[in-house]
Amino acid sequence: MKTKSAKQIALENGMNLLFLLCGIIAVGFVLCITVYLVISGIPAIMKIGFTDFLFGKVWKPTATTVEASYGILPFLMTSIYGTAGAVAIGVPIGLLTAVYLAKAAPKKVADIIRTAVQLLAGIPSVVYGLVGMIILVPGIQKLFHLSSGATLLAAIFVLAIMILPSIINVSETALRAVPKEYEEASMAMGATELETYFRVSVPAAKSGIATAIVLGVGRAIGEAMAIIMVSGNVPNMPGLFRPVRFMTTAIASEMSYASVGSLQREALFSIGLVLFLFIMLINVLLNVFIKRKGA
Amino acid sequence: MRAVSECAIVRNPGREAAAGFAVRRRIWNQTVKALLHLAALLTVALLIFLIGYIFYRGIPYLTWELLSTESSYVAGTIGILPNILNTVYMIIVAMVVALPLGVGAAIYLTEYAANQKVASVIEFAAETLTGIPSIIFGLVGMLVFTQLIGLKQGILAGGLTLVMMILPTIVRTTQESLKTVPQAYREGALALGSGKWHMVRTVVLPNAIDGIVTGCILAVGRIVGESAALLFTAGFGLKINGFVRSLQTSSATLTVALYIYASEQGQINIAFAIAVVLMVLTLVVNFAAGLAAKKLKK
Repeated sequence: MKTKSAKQIALENGMNLLFLLCGIIAVGFVLCITVYLVISGIPAIMKIGFTDFLFGKVWKPTATTVEASYGILPFLMTSIYGTAGAVAIGVPIGLLTAVYLAKAAPKKVADIIRTAVQLLAGIPSVVYGLVGMIILVPGIQKLFHLSSGATLLAAIFVLAIMILPSIINVSETALRAVPKEYEEASMAMGATELETYFRVSVPAAKSGIATAIVLGVGRAIGEAMAIIMVSGNVPNMPGLFRPVRFMTTAIASEMSYASVGSLQREALFSIGLVLFLFIMLINVLLNVFIKRKGA
Repeated sequence: MRAVSECAIVRNPGREAAAGFAVRRRIWNQTVKALLHLAALLTVALLIFLIGYIFYRGIPYLTWELLSTESSYVAGTIGILPNILNTVYMIIVAMVVALPLGVGAAIYLTEYAANQKVASVIEFAAETLTGIPSIIFGLVGMLVFTQLIGLKQGILAGGLTLVMMILPTIVRTTQESLKTVPQAYREGALALGSGKWHMVRTVVLPNAIDGIVTGCILAVGRIVGESAALLFTAGFGLKINGFVRSLQTSSATLTVALYIYASEQGQINIAFAIAVVLMVLTLVVNFAAGLAAKKLKK
């Protein structure tokens, strides 16, 4: 009897340790990602020079070593402009859809829309890229009489569509959580339903909606494959009708041919590091909003 | 008389303003109402258009030959069987590693964690992993699995990279379903003299299986749709290799193959045919996840 219980204690402790280990591995992944990005990202920044790297306007890694230039400002600004554009289009549509879903829609209609939103979230990014490449790019080319429609504008449209699901889902949850009493009080004062939704419910859910927007920003800034197919992939400073290259697409498009050990390859890791820092900043913002919501 | 008329003069502009306000209010109401419907309609129309257009462009090229052969430069034919197989291999490799890890971490968080600090660090890590873009996973996966550990580009390096990506999904859904198991079940098992692990294995896990299945389905969906993380880890290979060889041989999944055919080879029709396959998989995954979630609610 005694030996059995000793065995049992050993088993219990063993399983406890095993499950703890599983959890620790998740932490290990994050540490590993951070450490590796920093280790591999720092050298190129040191070699190129911090300001030349971050604020240099010319990216010409394959020129002769004398003329080679590694400024990532074009990628940085393109990522920022692209994300801002996507948010400017995606947030109003997403928020209106969320208000409709949470407050105004009949249950059956809401179920249909919710399914559609879920499916939109599940479509692989290359599929968005493909459709954008075949429909949006020629469309923009014809509409604005450009030599090529593969521009920042096309990428903004694709990104706006891709961030819709996260904005709708998170905003809807936040809007549903608004206490009924607020809305009832507003309507009892004579406000119409719609006035109540936009002047009472939306302000009451603002931290949840802010979370949704920040999530959307995170998705837009990290997207690569959909926009690589529609944005022209030229390291220009951003302009709506110019072919551009994002931070993500710079990594995706050059990594496969940058030779191992070259400064170009190291600089691509540095772009990865900059992108990672952006995402971490967004995570911090998210935590602030979520904490505020909890309080 | 005078007083009355003065009164009327004073009152009239007020009434007009009130009437104007009512009109503006009605216009505002109507406009916003229209906008609400328009936005919702746009979202649904977008999906219908996407599905419709992809099927319209892709179905004519979705032949049995395409699905059942590999591309041959000699014969000039294109087949996506290798990519279908690679996607299946990728799901197997990533899930075999991620499922025990994710479920284990979730069990620790909900059943074992006595130390709140450790638990919150693990939860923070899982949250952080959710937000990291897939291209970053690809970059780190390449650095760690191919350069540091020395694996060759292939399903194994790609699959391990995806483990990092899908782990939070499995942890979160498992955790949620573990929380729905009534506390009384646990207390009952413990009161009957069961050990903690015995209790978890025989009482908690069987009751949480629906949630774990949902998590797996969602994870499979992410694996099927992923491309950026696989470019430099799993590679671009379009040839058939058996399961074992493909682990360390450059192998493109369906999404990567779509990218190659669309951007590098200009085979738009083939790309749309692959898109149809991907859309069908997405629909199946969504439907299955919805079904599992419904069962979970019951």
